[in-house]
Amino acid sequence: MVYIAMLTGFILILMGLYGALTNRNILRMIVFFTLANTGTNVVLVSIGYMMGRKAPILDNAVPAAEAVARIIDPVPQALVLTAIVIGLGITALMLAYAYKLYELKRSLDISKCRELKW
Amino acid sequence: MSPLLLTMSVLLAAAMIVAGIVTIRARTISIAILASGAVSLFASVMFLLLAAPDVAMTEAAIGSGLTTFLFFFVLGRIRSGNYD
Amino acid sequence: MIKHVIALLLLIGLGAVFAGLMVGYTPDTVLNYTANYYAEQTASEVGAANIVTAIIVTYRGLDTLGEVTVLFLTAAIIALVLKRDRQPGFEAQHGWPPSGELLHTGSRLLVPLVLLLGVYVFVKGHLSPGGGFQGGAIVASSVLLMLLTDPLRRFSHRLIAVIESGSGLAYVGIGFIGLLLGGGFLDNRILPLGSLGDMFSAGAIPVIYSLIGLKVGAEFSSMMVNLSETEEQ
Repeated sequence: MVYIAMLTGFILILMGLYGALTNRNILRMIVFFTLANTGTNVVLVSIGYMMGRKAPILDNAVPAAEAVARIIDPVPQALVLTAIVIGLGITALMLAYAYKLYELKRSLDISKCRELKW
Repeated sequence: MSPLLLTMSVLLAAAMIVAGIVTIRARTISIAILASGAVSLFASVMFLLLAAPDVAMTEAAIGSGLTTFLFFFVLGRIRSGNYD
Repeated sequence: MIKHVIALLLLIGLGAVFAGLMVGYTPDTVLNYTANYYAEQTASEVGAANIVTAIIVTYRGLDTLGEVTVLFLTAAIIALVLKRDRQPGFEAQHGWPPSGELLHTGSRLLVPLVLLLGVYVFVKGHLSPGGGFQGGAIVASSVLLMLLTDPLRRFSHRLIAVIESGSGLAYVGIGFIGLLLGGGFLDNRILPLGSLGDMFSAGAIPVIYSLIGLKVGAEFSSMMVNLSETEEQ
């Protein structure tokens, strides 16, 4: 199961990068960046998973004394939680700049933005 | 590893990849945005299977919910102009 | 066409790297050193039942402060980029048809429930899955529901700013109280730890996570309100 999740994550990253590299519409590029973002998160969480163990929450099913033998690695989960929240911030920022660019150029096609091209 | 868990994860992985292909092949941007939201939703169920309920909640609320609506807000502003 | 070929070549190289990573990966069978420490010590040191919450709020509390700051900067930059001279009364004559009775009644019923769910999620973050970030996102989605029902509704920017900066200040203030009374910045032992699994346990974690929830909810709401208020001219 770890391998299935990891493979899916890697495929999603590659799909997202392919879309972002081959599209010229800036809104579509941002959509593909979120796709690659999701893929990265799936890979990171799958690294923390261990076969036959429980989520890192202590309760009656997982008493604190047996936690070491019963729970999975909590560190990647904390990391991914942060990554998802920051991912939304980055997406919102990219969208705001894309909208500003559209207002300036009246077009979403990035091949029309030639000011910095040499 | 129970066979049920294995079957569910294979199905989820297939659904995520199909939704990803739909995102790439989509003719309009609206379909691409909705398909990438679906990828996030399937990913949040996958996180639940990977014993990460905290991450699953975050992904369902933020990655699949708010991100999709942010895209639609911006798309709605751009609608009147030319977009492909 | 040549661009597609270059992109494909690049992706094939990256895919080879990923394949190498996957072939060489063997899942751990025991927890590594850091995770072992967290699993052993969380119950006695922090007292939170949810170890992920303990890591985010206490062990890595400074990172979370930085993360919330990044979100604040994002919201501020979006407000700055999309800023424009708003003429009051001008936007009200937009040609949109009013949303139906069903949507209005449904949203009036649902908004308080969604807000309540958000508050529940971030208040119980130390016991069950959930916490400030998830709860904040749910609170923001109730704002989103209001915006969907009535796109011309205007939210008070001042109220959002007061909630955002007030909870941010209180967060940093609790951090400094921890420096004075506890063992360091953002130490949660300034309040009694209580017994594991109780509502009032884990020291200051419920307070800190509720503040984070309010702050994150206000930041997401301000992002959406700003993006939705930019009208075509």
